[in-house]
Amino acid sequence: MSQYRSMSEEELRERVRRLKAEVHPDQTDMFTFRGAQYDHGLAWVHFPEGYGGLGINPKMQAIVNDELRKDVRTVYDDLMINPIGIGMGAPTLMTYGSEELKRALLRKCFTGEEIWCQLFSEPGAGSDVAGLATRAVRDGDDWVVNGQKVWTTLAHVAKWGLLVARTNPDVPKHEGLSYFLLDMHSPGVEVRPLYQITGEAEFNEVFLNDVRIPHRYMLGQEGQGWQVAITTLMNERTALGGGAGQRGGGPIAVLLQLWSARAAGSHSPGEEAVLRDRIARLYIESELLRLTSLRARAMMRAGNPGPEGSVGKLAQAELYKKIWECAMDVLGDNALVYEPGYELRRPAAEERRDKVLLAKYQFLRSRANSIEGGTSEIMRNILGERVLGLPGEPRSDKGIPWKDIPRGG
Amino acid sequence: MDFAFTPEHEELRQTIRRFLQDRSPEAVVRRTMVTEQGYERDTWQAMAEQLGLPGLLVPDHLGGTGLGAVELAIAFEEMGRALLCAPMLSTAVLAVSALREAARTEVQEELLPALATGQKTAALAWAEPGNVWEPQQIRMKAARAGKGWTLSGEKVAVIDGHTADELLVVARAGKALSLFRVAGEADGVQRALLPTLDLTRKLARVTFTKARAEQIAASEDVSEALARVFYLALIALAAEQTGGAQYCLEMSTQHAKTRWQFGRPIGSFQAIKHRCADMLVAVEFAKSAAYHAAFRAAEQDAAELPVAARMAKAYCSEAFFQVANDTIQVHGGMGFTWEHPAHLYFKRAKSSALLFGDPIHHRERLAALIGV
Repeated sequence: MSQYRSMSEEELRERVRRLKAEVHPDQTDMFTFRGAQYDHGLAWVHFPEGYGGLGINPKMQAIVNDELRKDVRTVYDDLMINPIGIGMGAPTLMTYGSEELKRALLRKCFTGEEIWCQLFSEPGAGSDVAGLATRAVRDGDDWVVNGQKVWTTLAHVAKWGLLVARTNPDVPKHEGLSYFLLDMHSPGVEVRPLYQITGEAEFNEVFLNDVRIPHRYMLGQEGQGWQVAITTLMNERTALGGGAGQRGGGPIAVLLQLWSARAAGSHSPGEEAVLRDRIARLYIESELLRLTSLRARAMMRAGNPGPEGSVGKLAQAELYKKIWECAMDVLGDNALVYEPGYELRRPAAEERRDKVLLAKYQFLRSRANSIEGGTSEIMRNILGERVLGLPGEPRSDKGIPWKDIPRGG
Repeated sequence: MDFAFTPEHEELRQTIRRFLQDRSPEAVVRRTMVTEQGYERDTWQAMAEQLGLPGLLVPDHLGGTGLGAVELAIAFEEMGRALLCAPMLSTAVLAVSALREAARTEVQEELLPALATGQKTAALAWAEPGNVWEPQQIRMKAARAGKGWTLSGEKVAVIDGHTADELLVVARAGKALSLFRVAGEADGVQRALLPTLDLTRKLARVTFTKARAEQIAASEDVSEALARVFYLALIALAAEQTGGAQYCLEMSTQHAKTRWQFGRPIGSFQAIKHRCADMLVAVEFAKSAAYHAAFRAAEQDAAELPVAARMAKAYCSEAFFQVANDTIQVHGGMGFTWEHPAHLYFKRAKSSALLFGDPIHHRERLAALIGV
């Protein structure tokens, strides 16, 4: 019935304890410890043995993570170390990669020795990512790639890129794509910081000029790239989807703190009444976002997933934007100041502990919530079509070769 | 934090839904809503005999089904879907829970069996003119008259107050909040059916002029007991709103799939599709709010109940109104006609949003509860 073998919770916990007895996270460096975690099959427990897993149900990863946290000072967070590689790249590689590639890449992906990035979006292909234009042309044992990618997180530190490129422009857009693992240190790969609304560059532009990729670095078959990309993107939606969190936690907690800390007399009684109503409304919506996520999980556990799971991304994006807008209004004239200014630079870790600075920053940063990982318009299409069953929009790109699709200047 | 409905809950939902499809289709709602009584006796009897709904909150030994807030929410969600015209909110929620929470045992033993079996209906007169919904704000004072009491003053928005066999009244005895029972036909009691925005729920104004009343409160001050009654009523109403909103969404979606303009179904236009998607989000959040509050009430979580109930009433009121309003828009001219049911839901939405305190009121109280 299940594709996974069974293992008791106690046995799994025992395996984690054996790992910690062998190499303790407080007494070894990250690469060594996580390498050992991989060798013990505790990296992705649902992967097969020998590839960082034990072939057991992925839900049991939570048990491993829980046991790893006991009696230690050092806890590694996969999403901090190599989010794209561990969360999205590894499952894709596991499904579509050759034996050679899995052996060569999975372990260093998990340890964080090699960071991964995702090269999907292009200046001309955002929501319509399947319409992308980066070309890969076969030349002997290699593919020669030319094009431009954008919004690439971590490209400036990445060793590997998950690349989708067009290998056949003469077929409909979804059919002419192939998926590659790109060595980001290859000649012809140029990474430039992409400065955003906050002045920082969390993301990059990646220019590909006659970059050669050996054919054996293709994941899946030629022309199968869209299918492979879906595997990657499915894992992205899970990573971004509305998390449950704690009651009153997250952005609403910051708004409540800013409200409590407001200077006496900074708002008239009438203004206070209006703001209180707005804050109460945002509190309710924050609670309902959290509760809807809990309800979705309960329905999933009961084997009965419903629409409650699909509304989270849209609702969260729109709500967070409103919360930070309200925070600016609570700050009032203080929000006219933007400290420490727009220095065009990479974001630094461990900053903006100060709630006032955080709110001003998030007011700007949260504009992307309704764009990244599926715009709110795309999410509404998905809810309308897949959940409510409404008919799709007539399309002008269906069934025609990619090269003949109408495109703007 | 639990949210899960059991298979028994789902069965209850399906049973009620089938019953209402049979007994409360749109034609019956339209026929009933224009009568003065506002409900059909035989349907009420059938609800008692087949489903035990009037006595849902009445304990087994008093002839009820002894269920709780979660089952109540399921019932109200289904009744809201069907726009059922019946004295459920007045009798089965307000009167029954006021008796259970605040009345002396012998009064409960006398009245609850008759209410549970559908032989009698009852109304709770508590709200007063000027948006007085919160029990603590009640001003009406009972006066001593020999061994008994008399009541004078006006109660408004008394649900089914013009037909109820039993009239329960919240008033002050001295400073303390107390509960009284008044014979419906007693001297000095004037019950006037009001022409209501929402025809499917009958509201009366009840005026008392030195009307004789029996004090039935179990203790000197029943404020806290009545607060629990109020929260339960908020939750029942929020669940009813959620059911109405869900049905409006289904009507709109169905219409958007089958109505063609410009050579295609209107649901293929993003202007319509995105409106429907936003309705879906509102409905899902409304369910979370109503279910959460119902579960907290069932667990008798005294700390969480006020927060959860006010959240549910504030959110579900606006969600239902948004969805009912958009339902008219999606249906276009058709949605503006008397013949289409959209206006029945729209009127129920606005009316129920104002009943028991509007969203602004409950957000204001919530703000205080969460320290804003």
